[in-house]
Amino acid sequence: MNFVMERFLGGKNGAIGIAILAALIFLVLPLVLDLFRLNLVGKYLTYAFVAVSLVLLWGYGGVLSLGQGVFFGLGGYCMAMFLKLEASDPESTKIQSTPGIPDFMDWNQLTALPWFWEPFHSFSFTVLAVLLVPMIFAIIIGYSMFKRRVGGVYFAIITQAIALILTVLIVGQQGYTGGINGITDLRTLNGWDIREDSAKYILYFVNAVLLFGVIFLGRYILTSKFGRLLLAMRDKEDRVRFSGYDVSNFKIFIFAVSAMISAIGGAMFTLQVGFMSPSFVGIVPSIEMVIFAAVGGRMSLIGVVYGTLLVNFGKTIFSETFPELWLFLMGGLFIAVVLYFPNGLAGIWEKHGKKLVNCIKRMQCYSATKSLIASMRTKFGAAKQS
Amino acid sequence: MKSKFVHSNWRKLMGAALGVSLGANIGIASAAGVNETGLAVTDDTVKVGILHSLTGTMAISETGAQEAEKLAIKQINDMGGILGRKIEIIQEDGASDWPTFAEKSRKLLVKDKVAAVFGCWTSASRKAALPVFEKENGLLYYPTFYEGLEQSKNVIYTGQEATQQILAGLDWVAKEKGAKTFYLIGSDYIWPRTSMKIARKHIENVLGGKVVGEEYKPLGNTQFGSVINKIRLKKPDVIYAAVVGGSNVAWFKQLKAAGITGKKQTLLTLSVTEDEVLGIGGENLEGFYSVMKYFQSLDNPNNKAFVKAFKEMHGEDSVIGDVTQAAYLGPWLWKAAVEQAGSFDVDKVVKVSETAGIELKDAPEGYVKLHPNHHLWSKTRVAKWNKDGQATVVFESDLIEPNPFPEGYQ
Repeated sequence: MNFVMERFLGGKNGAIGIAILAALIFLVLPLVLDLFRLNLVGKYLTYAFVAVSLVLLWGYGGVLSLGQGVFFGLGGYCMAMFLKLEASDPESTKIQSTPGIPDFMDWNQLTALPWFWEPFHSFSFTVLAVLLVPMIFAIIIGYSMFKRRVGGVYFAIITQAIALILTVLIVGQQGYTGGINGITDLRTLNGWDIREDSAKYILYFVNAVLLFGVIFLGRYILTSKFGRLLLAMRDKEDRVRFSGYDVSNFKIFIFAVSAMISAIGGAMFTLQVGFMSPSFVGIVPSIEMVIFAAVGGRMSLIGVVYGTLLVNFGKTIFSETFPELWLFLMGGLFIAVVLYFPNGLAGIWEKHGKKLVNCIKRMQCYSATKSLIASMRTKFGAAKQS
Repeated sequence: MKSKFVHSNWRKLMGAALGVSLGANIGIASAAGVNETGLAVTDDTVKVGILHSLTGTMAISETGAQEAEKLAIKQINDMGGILGRKIEIIQEDGASDWPTFAEKSRKLLVKDKVAAVFGCWTSASRKAALPVFEKENGLLYYPTFYEGLEQSKNVIYTGQEATQQILAGLDWVAKEKGAKTFYLIGSDYIWPRTSMKIARKHIENVLGGKVVGEEYKPLGNTQFGSVINKIRLKKPDVIYAAVVGGSNVAWFKQLKAAGITGKKQTLLTLSVTEDEVLGIGGENLEGFYSVMKYFQSLDNPNNKAFVKAFKEMHGEDSVIGDVTQAAYLGPWLWKAAVEQAGSFDVDKVVKVSETAGIELKDAPEGYVKLHPNHHLWSKTRVAKWNKDGQATVVFESDLIEPNPFPEGYQ
């Protein structure tokens, strides 16, 4: 019991945080929101997988990847290929010149299913592919870079280039990938209609359970000896290397794990939204996902989930209320977070929230509020002067 | 075709007669029948959605469409609305991002319960939103000329499908210019590829001409040097182009720099409207031809009134391209269908749109009529670009039947 408490939940404080988040996701949101909004939250939570993977990779590992969209996209595409094949049975595609292949292939004059699409007829292969394809890809990238001690900004730039290359590849090979349109009009999963209302509820909860699964996995990794090594590596890489550890192997491992976590998010995204397109693979979404992690707090597995939800809710609500101005509001939000709360939401909580909780306990709110105001004032004042 | 007109007029006459004779009896019943599917319709308002990109790379193209839809809705409201109800607009931003189009479509249909949506521009955004419209049984008026190969119950296509736009233009260039050899170039996505496939079949099988080159460049590409060299080498009679978006600026500037002008060769493009010319510059296009259904310079009173009203609402400097005009038709076609159906319910509006021969007699582009396959009968025009960014129409076809699934061209 103690083991579970310490290793998966992160001690008493961590357990409270997880309990609050779980209550929010499993109880409050489904009760308060209608199905449309809940489905949106489900979509946002698939991005949270990527944010969690960035906590491991960037927050603790110190390796900033600006190409997590690649893995999100690979996972999503694997799932989309399976669903598309199921949606393209000869009966429903009989108006095509070649019935039985996905519609976009027919438009691009393909007359047979390409070989690499064939295995995606099998659901178990697809699940394996969702997990393994991005992982293997990450291992190849990681091996060729970390072994050569490419790191820091250079690594970030290279991951960005990879995101761009993959987008261009997908857009260019539209006969095989659906091109810029993506893979659309997905209907059923093993005969189960994923567009039904009941399916949306079920997928939301499956997604939430998986998200907690990867949070626990993240906790487990971070509380292990390996987690401490990651931190040490981030702060003084050379010292760890001189102590006899092979730093590059650790980096490859954490990169591969983060790729796999992102890919699960991608696959769940495809299931809930009903299509996949190259606009989730490229540079912009990859950077957006880093922003989710930054807003939530890159050192906090729980904080990033809130960060993802906050940014995406902001995006949706701002763009619904001010369709012409919303991008400026989002920009303002990001600047404010980076300037005043460099550790994100989790940082605000660490610094002021806990004090507030303690003082509520002691009924001495006054001093805590004063310290909050004072610290805000110095920060804003400092920003003005600089 | 003539019999169809007679038929539809007869139907209208019957409808009017029925309305007069039964109006007194079914007055109450028909008021309830206006909205039986829980749409956002009150006694004096009806809500519709406008869904275009206001931000991102597509904003520059989609602005015109969005402005035209607002103009049409304002004019309809000034005339008293539809079935006595004023139209209220709920605008959403697709943000040049296909998944966002799907999300906002769902919001408009599920949360706002709008009676119709006017929106989408790229094929990709339509493909993303389409499953939502089919699932939630919404109604989308889609304004862009596009590749065809689609016919959804829930979409009315107010732009031209590929065969309407392509075949007439090719026939013209073969006849007028005696063209035998063609060089095809386009951006690399579904619309140019499908269009070129149709063009190649028509050139080879019908016109007896020859395609001497076919090339696709990625979206956003700005390097056309290699293509231009090949064109100079092969000397085709016609350069047939479907380059889209920002690439057009580089494409036409580099053509001019390479000395390829309208005097030596015929260049016929499928993708340049007045909106693009703003970016490309009239001097780079002078002497080249565009083929589509509408040009701002069309000389008829309806178009003149439309251009005047558009400029009054959106500024003297605004220009009107093909898609803008097609978007303007959307609300009017919807109004005609709703009034004939006597109801906002999507199923009824669609049924009337398919069967009743909905027509607009005084559209800016001229007479148009809705085909049962959800596309418009329309004319195709070829026009030559002038230095001032306007085009002179040199050829106008008869009304062309829309044929989104062309036999022999797939």
